[in-house]
Amino acid sequence: MHLLEGEKVTKYFGGLAAVSEVDFYVDEGEILGLIGPNGAGKTTLFNLISAALEPKPGVIKFRDEQINGLRPYKICRLGIARTFQTVKIFGNLPVIENVRVGSLFGPLKGLSTAEATKVALELLEFVGLSKVAYTPARDMTLVNQKRLEVARALATKPTLLLLDELMAGLNQTELLDTMELVKQIQKKGITIIMIEHVMKAIMGICDRIIVLHHGKKIADGTPEEVANSKKVIEVYLGEASDAGS
Amino acid sequence: MEQFLNIFLGGLLIGGIYSLVSMGLSLQYGVAKVLNIAHGEFLMIGAFATYWLQESGVDPLLTVVIVGPVMFLVGFLLYRTVFTSIRLRSAHPGIYESNSLLAAFGIYFIVQNIGILIWGTTPHSYTYLNTSISVAGALFTQNRIVAAAFAVVIGIAFYLFLTNTRTGKAIRAAAQDPSTAGLMGVNIDFVLALCFGFGAAMAGVAGSLISICYSLSTSMGLGYTVIAIVVVTLGGLGSIPGSFIGGFVLGIIGSAVSYWQPGLTVASYYVIFIILLLVRPKGIMGK
Amino acid sequence: MNFSSINWKRAAMQPGIPVLLLILVALAPLYGSGYIVTLFTYFILYMVLSVSWTIFSGSTGYISLASAAFYGVGIYAAAMFGERMPFIFVILIGGIASFILAFIVGAITLRLRGIYFAMFTFGLVVLMKEVIHYWEITIEGTRGHFVIYQSNETIFYYLLGIFIVTMIVAYIIRKSRYGLALASIGENEEAAGHTGINVTMVKVITFAISAVFMGAAGAVMATKFTYIDPGVAFNPMMSFSPALMAIFGGMGSIYGPVVGAVFFSYLQEWLMTGSLKNYYMLIFGAILVLTIIYLPSGITGLIQNLWRRIRGARSAPTRG
Repeated sequence: MHLLEGEKVTKYFGGLAAVSEVDFYVDEGEILGLIGPNGAGKTTLFNLISAALEPKPGVIKFRDEQINGLRPYKICRLGIARTFQTVKIFGNLPVIENVRVGSLFGPLKGLSTAEATKVALELLEFVGLSKVAYTPARDMTLVNQKRLEVARALATKPTLLLLDELMAGLNQTELLDTMELVKQIQKKGITIIMIEHVMKAIMGICDRIIVLHHGKKIADGTPEEVANSKKVIEVYLGEASDAGS
Repeated sequence: MEQFLNIFLGGLLIGGIYSLVSMGLSLQYGVAKVLNIAHGEFLMIGAFATYWLQESGVDPLLTVVIVGPVMFLVGFLLYRTVFTSIRLRSAHPGIYESNSLLAAFGIYFIVQNIGILIWGTTPHSYTYLNTSISVAGALFTQNRIVAAAFAVVIGIAFYLFLTNTRTGKAIRAAAQDPSTAGLMGVNIDFVLALCFGFGAAMAGVAGSLISICYSLSTSMGLGYTVIAIVVVTLGGLGSIPGSFIGGFVLGIIGSAVSYWQPGLTVASYYVIFIILLLVRPKGIMGK
Repeated sequence: MNFSSINWKRAAMQPGIPVLLLILVALAPLYGSGYIVTLFTYFILYMVLSVSWTIFSGSTGYISLASAAFYGVGIYAAAMFGERMPFIFVILIGGIASFILAFIVGAITLRLRGIYFAMFTFGLVVLMKEVIHYWEITIEGTRGHFVIYQSNETIFYYLLGIFIVTMIVAYIIRKSRYGLALASIGENEEAAGHTGINVTMVKVITFAISAVFMGAAGAVMATKFTYIDPGVAFNPMMSFSPALMAIFGGMGSIYGPVVGAVFFSYLQEWLMTGSLKNYYMLIFGAILVLTIIYLPSGITGLIQNLWRRIRGARSAPTRG
């Protein structure tokens, strides 16, 4: 049994298919990478899994139960948490309150307020934000806001975590730190799907990679397989030559 | 059959006015993102301005040439002073929309109060082209036909302006996506102020046209604002042709309801509005 | 800001000055003239309306213009049941009827964008006025209703009771985990949903709770009017005033709407009885526009900022 499985997942915007008949799965404990050129449908797929959007047609199953059609908060309580490509933090609330929202409302059985605070502090320590726990979230750097989103998502006690471009715009040190963070999350026993453009990160930590192009899945395999796939090379080289011309 | 024709043609005539008012609000709300609850107050001012001018001997139809530009200027300056600063201080578009709605309510109170101070609360009216003519067996006064015709011509002229001129294209670009339009070299604050100004001008001109066939009072504005909001929702946010057609649709519906139960006309507009919001918030022409 | 941990002992001790003021107000009928009692009655009415408006709109950012509808439902509850049962039940009916109306309206509209919600709620007030007016004229053949009389002191104390309950509920909501949920919805609704908050449910319930106090206040105030009709009961000004008062007073503190309410009801009283009677709406509108442009966090926000600056200036030299 796969942890999460999608069958012919499709989403149209107007007449355009943003995601088209994509089959995918992720197994417990894996880190699955999701790559593809801009506009390939990666974030749309995340939105479909986390129920921000509903697939039409298509089926998404979590532990063999169909989950499409549920509301976002239900998905979260089932154990699927996410971060956002453009950060969506609670800017005027202190950092720690951002995380406490997660621990108070995210798990199927909510925590007491004292427990929630304890969990929040631990998670801030884990992502390296304990020093700024009481500053308003909007006053932090973008890098730290992205880490805050990770802490908030972890606070909901997920079994599956969706990370949307966590590493965009990081410098070398930050990149290595963040890759380490992702590995640490995996060690906690959390399955991860990550959208990423930074190839070094993707190739370095993913167990498996799915490549999307124009909403369709064009490759699915280990980093080596994907890196050697003719189709993938064409798509990326094509893009590179487009950019060059 | 004759009754039906009466209702239908009557609806079309008032519908022309509704179209003009609604196109104005569509610019303010659809493009400048100000749900201008004071829209009808500009209409009221336009109507009384025409009343004033015709008292000193100007032909009411000619007053449009004065009322339009003056109201445009008022609207333009209002946007530059009030709404631009709200826009710049708002953290995100949602806050801008609700704060400008509240500011528009403030403007509504101010203009309404000024109107009452000058013209009082009693209805005013004058006669102009008051003879009736028969249209397919139904009788209508000439002034209603002339007003509707003027409204339609102005509406179409404005649509052509939007589609065929550089400024018009900038406005349409801003309606699509303000941030991208800004990137493409459109001075966004200026364009939004233009839209607000054009909206106010249309309201003012509609007021002038209304004054030649109906009696006026300082409390007439809000009713037209409500109609314009319903029409804009009906036609689809920011769709100028949608507002144009929607105006006629609502005119006919209103004409039918008021024939059947005059007490429920306003209520019927709200019911349409509520159903639209629930069933198709994009409007009939929305994408 | 610390949500979801209410220190009851501190909560009881801290508001010393406000409680003292409250006691002073509560004793008004003993020392004050009839005029003072009536003036205070209006203060408290607007305090109830603006504090309960803030419970929902202040935290979520959804501008509700339905206050007048809930207030009017309370007024009509008093008109219909006032003679048949004890006053306290009439007030409860007013509150419950408003709760139900708000729950239904919230359930069908709170999935709309904020601006549509504002329009819809405003439309609700006018729709109810028109429909009830039509009903009275064509079906009942009357216009308006008589409401059973209550003494000024009775009205005053019932309203004061409603006010105290409103403040306690507002305080509990603000400090509880529920308040944290509301605040996160106001900050970013989408993220709140993905973090496990049942966004729609929280919004609808809060909207309905805030309506209870408006309905109850309407039921009490109806007895002051003795005769009511749809025009009196569903006056759109009763939607705008609470919003303006709350914004002007500032919604960052629980006392902001109270300050705003006192300021505006006094201003209204002063203008309406003086030579500026005809300029009331003009001044009201001008303050509304200026507040939105220049005082986005209201009077209490301004005071807090000034206070912080003064304290900062004082402590800066000692630190350096």
